[in-house]
Amino acid sequence: MSGTFVGMPVFHPSTQPAFAEAARDAVRDGTLRGNLRHATHTIRAKRAKAVAEVADWAALREAGKRIKDHTLRHLDRYLEQLEAAVTAAGGTVHWAADAGEANRIVTRLVQETGESEVVKVKSMATQEIGLNEALEAAGIRAYETDLAELIVQLGKDRPSHILVPAIHRNRGEIREIFAREMGEWGRAAPEGLTDTPAELAEAARLHLREKFLRAKVGVSGANFMVAETGTLVVVESEGNGRMCLTLPETLISVVGIEKIVPTWRDLEVFLQTLPRSSTAERMNPYTSMWTGTTREDGPRTFHLVLLDNGRTDTLADEVGRQALRCIRCSACLNVCPVYERAGGHAYGSVYPGPIGAILSPQLRGTGSDIDASLPYASSLCGACYEVCPVAIDIPEVLVHLRERVVQGGEATRGGNKVVLKPARGHAAERAAMRAARWAFTYPGALRAGQRLASRTRRLHPRTLPGPGRAWSGTRDLPPVPAEPFRDWWQRTRGGKGAAK
Amino acid sequence: MSSRERILGRVRRALAGVPGDDTPYERAVARDYLREHGARTVGETVELLAENLADYRAVVHRTDAAGLAGVIAGLLAARGASSVLVPPGLDEDWLASTEVARVADRAGSTPRELDRVDSVVTACAVAVAETGTIVLDGSSDQGRRRITLVPDHHICVVRVPDQVVSSVPRALERLDPARPLTWISGPSATSDIELDRVEGVHGPRTLEVVLVG
Repeated sequence: MSGTFVGMPVFHPSTQPAFAEAARDAVRDGTLRGNLRHATHTIRAKRAKAVAEVADWAALREAGKRIKDHTLRHLDRYLEQLEAAVTAAGGTVHWAADAGEANRIVTRLVQETGESEVVKVKSMATQEIGLNEALEAAGIRAYETDLAELIVQLGKDRPSHILVPAIHRNRGEIREIFAREMGEWGRAAPEGLTDTPAELAEAARLHLREKFLRAKVGVSGANFMVAETGTLVVVESEGNGRMCLTLPETLISVVGIEKIVPTWRDLEVFLQTLPRSSTAERMNPYTSMWTGTTREDGPRTFHLVLLDNGRTDTLADEVGRQALRCIRCSACLNVCPVYERAGGHAYGSVYPGPIGAILSPQLRGTGSDIDASLPYASSLCGACYEVCPVAIDIPEVLVHLRERVVQGGEATRGGNKVVLKPARGHAAERAAMRAARWAFTYPGALRAGQRLASRTRRLHPRTLPGPGRAWSGTRDLPPVPAEPFRDWWQRTRGGKGAAK
Repeated sequence: MSSRERILGRVRRALAGVPGDDTPYERAVARDYLREHGARTVGETVELLAENLADYRAVVHRTDAAGLAGVIAGLLAARGASSVLVPPGLDEDWLASTEVARVADRAGSTPRELDRVDSVVTACAVAVAETGTIVLDGSSDQGRRRITLVPDHHICVVRVPDQVVSSVPRALERLDPARPLTWISGPSATSDIELDRVEGVHGPRTLEVVLVG
């Protein structure tokens, strides 16, 4: 847990330690590991069942992948089409090249309404840009209304999961936070609040209701934007989304440019794959779709802020751009053995887990300790790819980003081509790779080296000295056999042909 | 340069090396997934709708046109409702048997006023059997989005089998994207505490679906 700084996103990369360092504390926290293990295992089994219900899952997954790839291939065209459609339907479209610009636009739009508070639908994009902190600095209070976001906000905590930001908290901790903090923000928690989930949900209902009923400005993201019609879609469970999208007079939606789908019909794919992948339901309780403004129904004013903030840089990377297919379901987090043990905070970003490990270093660049370490926050087991409903090959992108960190090379930052230097701290890795290349080129040297290693094996330390220490700090050194394989092969079967 | 031009320029530069692709969109994406799952008779589809609605904790009732007013009156009475919100175009016959005070859905009503109303009765645009979903499109027999949100008790009437489709793809074919749409699958719920599903958060905590046919 860490305090938030006014005007500073809670996950600013410059303030985040490298993954391995942050994860070290997390794996020692027994409560955290218990909470994560319980939650991820529950949802894993449910998801598998929900997916097994549809016989054409593989075809839906492939269609989802292709729709997104096609959209990204023609993103400029679809952005312009979307802008025209939203404008024609009565909305106003704004473009934000980075987080700072998006925050300035939203702050100005709220100020123009004369209001000093907004209600928020859970939104990854506004988390990413640190909107709440920016609004706070301008004297505007942003109330999170999703139950888990509320838990995080009241607990002055940081989100640790895409779908369930308070997944690291168990019911007892949540009860404690509600009882202690709700009164500071509005209606206090009921006396004698227990830790049953139903009672906790009821306390949240009462606490937030007064905020919904008086709200004049709502802020949201969107799961999908349909270029053809200008329709925005928010998929949710609790009804807080509907409250924020329909009761206020002004609605401001901040949405990443990659959230577009070309046609209305495309929703038939994602409305089947998203709920099953995220909450493991056939369908989530509420989905809202709106196109601009509607006379005498819902907000009179609608603003759409289209957000780049590193997305076009990601698009420029041939291998990495597939990360932009992501529909933020969080299935990859729930199956990841690393996430299950390290928890979400160690990823130093609002995007934790496998998808975060490929998204954050691309959106933010690999310049900071945390972003240079994220491509290594994986055992490359591939479970994330298996469950991804848009077939993002996360291991492939991880390896690609590792290469970029170690070797440097061309990348795009802020729309400009740059040549990255190899990251510091990987000198030993590069030296080891050079040595390996040499050894594999000269079989005699390899044989001599292997024999030497076998003969001295009793003398090998358990950890590597010098620059190798960091590597062996998180790994066991493999035991060296008494005899190299090639010697054994020669001795037993080599040249004799008829091995049994 | 405006941010619009900057972003569009970045997109074009990012894609500069990608080979051209002029395939029309209809052919760019293979759609070999199913339009609906499994073969069912009309009656079986309605059965599946009832089953899936109930699975997500909606309360399902079945009646015919002649019995509808009686069923609605009974549900309002059982709830102990003293007032009911009525969309402007709701069939008057549906409320013919109840004495509960009607509250009109007026543009000028404040959310607080709506919060004092006990129940709401609406029709729907379409219902989806495979997912147990009802969809509202703001037609005059469904009213503004907020009237099915703020009151704690929603009674939704589905005309079967006409308004029932099998699947999500079939539902989208019937809907008009220009209208504000609300897809509802059971009462509001959350999985935010230990990923355990709890029904009843901000939306109506009780959803009753009356299948009329």
